[in-house]
Amino acid sequence: MLEAYIREQREKKDILLMTHIVLGYPSFDASLEIVHAMVEAGVDLMELQIPFSEPIADGPVILHANQQALASGAKVQRSFEFARKVASRFEIPFLFMTYYNILFKYGVSGFAADMKAAGLKGAIVPDLPPEEGAAYLDAMQTHDLAPIFIYAPTTPEERMAQIAQCGRGFIYCVARKGVTGKKTAFSDDLSTYLSRCREATNLPLAVGFGVKSKQDVDFLKGKADIAVVGTQTIRIIEQQGIAAVKPFIAQLR
Amino acid sequence: MIERGYYDGFGGAFLPEVLVATFDELEQTFRAAKADEGFWQEYVRVMSTYSCRPTPLTFAENLTRHFGGARIYIKREDLNHTGAHKANNVMGQGLLVKRMGKSRVIAETGAGQHGVATATMAARFGFKCTIYMGEVDVQRQRPNVFWMERLGAEVVPVTEGTRILKDAINEAFRDWVTNMDTTHYVLGTACGPHPFPEMVTYFQSLIGQEAREQVLAETGRLPHRIYACVGGGSNAMGIFNAFLKDEVELVGVEAGGKGVTTGQHAARLASEDGSVGVAQGYKTFFLQDEDGQMMETHSVAAGLDYVGVSPILASLKQSGRVRFEAATDTEVVEALQLTIQKEGLIPALESAHGFVQAFKEAPQMSAENAIIINQSGRGDKDIFTVADAFNDPKWQAFIKAKAEAYHA
Repeated sequence: MLEAYIREQREKKDILLMTHIVLGYPSFDASLEIVHAMVEAGVDLMELQIPFSEPIADGPVILHANQQALASGAKVQRSFEFARKVASRFEIPFLFMTYYNILFKYGVSGFAADMKAAGLKGAIVPDLPPEEGAAYLDAMQTHDLAPIFIYAPTTPEERMAQIAQCGRGFIYCVARKGVTGKKTAFSDDLSTYLSRCREATNLPLAVGFGVKSKQDVDFLKGKADIAVVGTQTIRIIEQQGIAAVKPFIAQLR
Repeated sequence: MIERGYYDGFGGAFLPEVLVATFDELEQTFRAAKADEGFWQEYVRVMSTYSCRPTPLTFAENLTRHFGGARIYIKREDLNHTGAHKANNVMGQGLLVKRMGKSRVIAETGAGQHGVATATMAARFGFKCTIYMGEVDVQRQRPNVFWMERLGAEVVPVTEGTRILKDAINEAFRDWVTNMDTTHYVLGTACGPHPFPEMVTYFQSLIGQEAREQVLAETGRLPHRIYACVGGGSNAMGIFNAFLKDEVELVGVEAGGKGVTTGQHAARLASEDGSVGVAQGYKTFFLQDEDGQMMETHSVAAGLDYVGVSPILASLKQSGRVRFEAATDTEVVEALQLTIQKEGLIPALESAHGFVQAFKEAPQMSAENAIIINQSGRGDKDIFTVADAFNDPKWQAFIKAKAEAYHA
């Protein structure tokens, strides 16, 4: 379902844009405004991060956003309500992004059922490798949701092929080592890595970590299907306010 | 992923993809070392020449007389180089780092003992070293920060989250996912993703192996009970491991803080507040809310002030093989005072948790029964906290004078 949407959009566009927000940062009202601005600016899909107290794959900007959201009382239930609202109001697919404990504590199968009911299309859980994800994979399959798995530059080919067997929708290729929001070198090494990813799976490829400008997005055209802009929009909102989101996104592609 | 390391459903390896290859390398290196008889011999030789192994088992004659029950023995991990059992694990992992050909080590630290131990190992083996330490702990364990820096380590105060041990672990992981090619993360306790719980237990098991031989030589029989404090669980696993198959009651003592019903404690297994979750790469009992967000913990002992616990101990709790109790901050300071007065020993505030429970139970046992308390570390590092707890006026005057001297 998600994959079909991505392929359909790709026929019209050189590359798709996926953005990322932390729910409840700085508030749920602001989150709604941000989603609205992003959709108007033409993003093709969005990650909604349910805040977690120990986001080990995230760098300082998203870490801070997680902590602020939690400090202002962001609850998991509220994130579901928010997801339901935006999924019914806007046409684009929305995904949950969060850490495994949020699903585990909620109950993995109930979590998937409620995701489906809220109109979400899939999930990215960066601390859940497929080996630990049997229950999650079952639940996502039952509810026809896409479990998005991750490739890293350190992933060997054989493992890439195994991961591709478990993933649906697309594969999220982490552009470099490290956490979110640090500088990425858009270089020959990245191209080589992305062609390894392309070899390993027929699923569409998204590339994230350090994507922050039109130049970066242009680099990814022809090498990937989706450019993921995460930390940079959070920085822009922090520095220039929500009004700056739309022009920033619009000029990326 | 080669292996995931489960203990009755606890443990696992919940890793970001970028670290999977690094853990596979670590797993392979550890397996190869374990299979190599010479490796363990090399490890024991390092610990007997660079540290103080075997550490003695001290008969606490005065405490035994004081309580009039069980014969109390104390395993003296405080006599290790840098003053705690942390040295064992650190030197062991240092040998693995050499095998992997890496040039830099990073570590988290709570009380600072693991940080200091890692910094000495790095100095000795010629590795670069960065230590992550919560800002709150930097404040309460200044002397250890001083030594880490003298030893050439960079100490990074962690200002995110609750600014204690768990936050230092998160920051160490963030460093590792960036620098894994050159860097090994020397995790300090029997927690975290596989193979850390197994590997740290393996290196610390030297404590129990020695204690078993020593108590048999001294008393001719196995002890009745063994007491150890439990933060992450490495000193407890270290002494318990050699007795798991024996008829010896094993007692883990967690940080009861201001009381296990106050919400201000770090008793994951001994209170009603802990529940199973997945964080920092492994599945165990955590102090978390109904959404799965980790809660703030509290203990007078920075080294026990941690939100999770060894998955091996979680499984031993579930099977009933280990009993878990909690000691409050107040009880800990009292037990420390008594031990100093009666035996001239200065246990760390962490270790004093084990003493509290042993002192509660010793009078109910007979002189036929020997018990062992694991004194995991020495307490002189805690001088600022202990002086505050004792409200020592001469110490306060000294600090004031010292501060004035710096002003001048």
